[in-house]
Amino acid sequence: MNRIELKNHQQEIFNFRLRLVISIVFVLLLLGILLARFVYLQTMRHDYYQTLAEKNRISVVPITPNRGLILDRNGVVLAHNFAGYTLEITPSKVANLQATINELATLIDIAPRDRKRFKKLMAESHDFETLLIRSRLSDEEVARFAAQQYRFPGVEIKARLFREYPYADKTAHLLGYIGRINQADVDRLEKNDSTSNYRGTDYIGKTGLEQFYEDELHGTTGIEQVEVDSAGRAVRILSRSAPVSGNTLVLSIDAKLQEIAEQAFGDYRGALVAIDPANGEVLAFVSRPGYDPSLFIDGIDEESWKELNDSPDHPLNNRVLRGQYPAGSTIKPFMALAGLFYNARSPEFSISDPGFYTLPGNRHRYRDWKKEGHGTVNLFRSIVVSCDTYYYGLAVELGIDNIFNYLSNFGFGKKTGIDLHGEVSGLLPSQEWKQKRYKQKWYTGDTVSVGIGQGYSLVTPLQLAHATATLANGGIGHTPHLVREVRNSGSNKSTLQENKPGLDVKIAPEHLDLVKRAMVAVTQPGGTAVQAATGAPYAIAGKTGTAQVIGMKQGEKYDASKISERYHDHAWFMAFAPAEQPRIAVVVLAENGGHGGSTAAPIARKVMDYYLLGKVPQTDAAVIVKATGAASGVAEVEEEHD
Amino acid sequence: MTRRQLWQGFIEHLDMPLLLGLGLLMSASLLTLYSAGNHDFERVLAQGANILVAMCCLWVVANLPLHYLMRTAVPIYVLGMVLLIGVALFGDISHGARRWLNLGVATIQPSELMKIGVPLMMAWYFERHEASLTMKNYIVATLLLLMPVALIARQPDLGTSLLISASGFYVLFLAGLSWRVIGGFALASIASAPVMWNLLHEYQRHRILMLFDPSQDALGKGYHTIQSMIAVGSGGLFGKGYLNGTQSHLDFLPERTTDFIFAVYSEEFGLIGNFILLAMYFFVIARGFVITANASTYFTRLMAGSITLTFATYAFVNMGMVSGILPVVGVPLPLVSYGGTSMLTLLLGFGMLMSIQTHKKLVKT
Repeated sequence: MNRIELKNHQQEIFNFRLRLVISIVFVLLLLGILLARFVYLQTMRHDYYQTLAEKNRISVVPITPNRGLILDRNGVVLAHNFAGYTLEITPSKVANLQATINELATLIDIAPRDRKRFKKLMAESHDFETLLIRSRLSDEEVARFAAQQYRFPGVEIKARLFREYPYADKTAHLLGYIGRINQADVDRLEKNDSTSNYRGTDYIGKTGLEQFYEDELHGTTGIEQVEVDSAGRAVRILSRSAPVSGNTLVLSIDAKLQEIAEQAFGDYRGALVAIDPANGEVLAFVSRPGYDPSLFIDGIDEESWKELNDSPDHPLNNRVLRGQYPAGSTIKPFMALAGLFYNARSPEFSISDPGFYTLPGNRHRYRDWKKEGHGTVNLFRSIVVSCDTYYYGLAVELGIDNIFNYLSNFGFGKKTGIDLHGEVSGLLPSQEWKQKRYKQKWYTGDTVSVGIGQGYSLVTPLQLAHATATLANGGIGHTPHLVREVRNSGSNKSTLQENKPGLDVKIAPEHLDLVKRAMVAVTQPGGTAVQAATGAPYAIAGKTGTAQVIGMKQGEKYDASKISERYHDHAWFMAFAPAEQPRIAVVVLAENGGHGGSTAAPIARKVMDYYLLGKVPQTDAAVIVKATGAASGVAEVEEEHD
Repeated sequence: MTRRQLWQGFIEHLDMPLLLGLGLLMSASLLTLYSAGNHDFERVLAQGANILVAMCCLWVVANLPLHYLMRTAVPIYVLGMVLLIGVALFGDISHGARRWLNLGVATIQPSELMKIGVPLMMAWYFERHEASLTMKNYIVATLLLLMPVALIARQPDLGTSLLISASGFYVLFLAGLSWRVIGGFALASIASAPVMWNLLHEYQRHRILMLFDPSQDALGKGYHTIQSMIAVGSGGLFGKGYLNGTQSHLDFLPERTTDFIFAVYSEEFGLIGNFILLAMYFFVIARGFVITANASTYFTRLMAGSITLTFATYAFVNMGMVSGILPVVGVPLPLVSYGGTSMLTLLLGFGMLMSIQTHKKLVKT
């Protein structure tokens, strides 16, 4: 290699130029590669990258509409929304959930209940969803967390509208509640093709009116297309369609009446329904005991759930809608009308009541509630004294088919069609039913107890109230409904709910008059519910009833003092007033209340007094006076000591 | 002297076609910067000032006779090496790399100096031994290249060291390095790739991996590439229009006035704009090759060729990186990216090209 090359200048220039040409080719190759790349990216893949750029740029933000309000007939707010803060965690963004929650607990009060609820929410939802750990933060808590937020990636404070039910447990069975949307809700929304309207919505009506009128209450979700920068900050709004708030429901319920009814129950469990017979508007809808609906909104924790679900009082059971009880003697006015309708009884026809009834050729005694019997009893008196024997015979003479046909005209055995989900239909037995249910033929003996509302037959308080209202209205029954008008949030126009005619029972005027008069006599001295009308300035037509909780053996006597309170009979009272021109029909069921006249009737009376006279029950005021009197008495004593 | 003569004298050593090409690219720079900086006129002015300063230097260098230029080779190279060693020993660390030397008055990045210094030194060396080039000379020249490259690679600044390697390699190539050696080098480098891979820093490996699948770390290291590809791709045929790029104006593009300015340009001007830009680059490069071809001495041929090829390489590497075919290395788009140092280095090189073009008659003996 140490050979010295003699240089040929021409050769050298040629070599250099050759290398230069290679260089130019090289550069052209590089530029060609770039150009090919640009063509690829900017033509062939343009759509793809265009989409990505738009996705980068535009974020579609749903704007959840405010849920519609629920008002009572006088405009009293029963359900509304208020703004508040929640603390929420996105599990997928948090490395150690337990540690994070423990750390959070040092800043913000997190009860074991909150933790349990969070655990439950986690099991039910996806990791990337934000889940609530605490709701209703105080301003101070918000401030405390905000200062420390940097320590908690994946934890954020959100401003939300909360649903609040000012009457809490008093309207729980009526309004129901909203709750977080779960998989079942999502499936249903998908079926109805309304998932897009629920983007950004976390809650949906789960029970009660909140569920039934979900479509009205929810409103229309707005959409905001926002241009965002790389940090996700909104730069400008590209387009916006405003959300439309849900419609306001105006109920036929009178909140004050509802409250008075609730209080009138005292410690009794039971149900009360008050209906305006003229149009089917439900004025009060009480199922006792109630529960706190706010527990359910963010998902109830296991403990509270157990407590509610396992309670012997069954607070979650909507007794108005789903409670099925023997109608007892409250069926008698309807049976009487059936007897008159089918000419099985004339008003004048009397029986002599020995205190029991026997079927021809059978020694089994169907006992009257009054051991010694009621003596001579015609139709009028059979209602006033609630004579069982009269109706045993009547039932047998009518036969189950006629009873079935006539009572189903009054809506027994059928759902009333009220604007709530979950209603049950009670039971009006028939030959066909028994064959289907028990594969047995119907015996005449089965008919006997049907005559006094026992045996197989079951009614719901709502059904009985519907039937009572129908009777009060001369046979024309309007389907009971809770919502009176729907107020459009946008136009503020009201749509009145139509009064749907539901029942049409043909009752001869003289028959109607007779039964009504008998029912008025029930509340008069000599009747079974004297307490109901004492001192009332208007006439009350009523009927008591007793629903047996346990069956009595032949020859055994029911003695309330000997059996546990839970096995006491249920007390019924049905009534309408004023008797001549009924404005309100009320049905009260007091569970284990014993006799209808003494427990159920006074409750109904308070409701009627308030509705017809505007009279607020004395007892509350009296109790308050007593309490303050006692308190001041104590104070005086102490003063003396001083 | 008349004013006309004065003007004549002023522009005597400027190469007008080259100046036109540079002017076009620098106009594109100012235009794009205004958009990339979100209507920040100050940034445009600052870049204008950079250009002005660099143009002055270009004028001075263009007016220097070639023997002066040659004489600067050894001092620049030695100074560069001293500074690089200084950096290795006392340099400031920024972004995890030791690249800057704080001289009290100013902070400098000696590797920038070597972009000129290395090819200059190598061309000078070949010129001195022009009469009797042996393999030994090539080896020495290679060592002159590898010493600064190794120091820069250690900083670590892989991008700059590779680019300086490239400019040095161009000198070797144009100096007539035999094909057999080039082939041997190529084979050796392929063979040593796994070893080199292990020598790379974790972040460097990551950048190369990102190239194959940027989406695997879309919010992390792949973010730059993904966002710039989105910008380029969404530009389409005609672009989104000047000042209308969403990727840049909504802050999705990182470093959009410097290394990623091409993404801004490409998003707003589209494929048509890219074609025009490539044409402008090609115009400058082609003029460089013409000057190279006409250069009268061995030194100037090597120098002009290396400067031109290096310029082309810079442009390719930057646009390749932004469009996602090369890993993200910190290479600005020549003459367009914001920055005084790179503008100065580039225009010094072009000053030399002009000097080579305009002084050859005087040198010819």
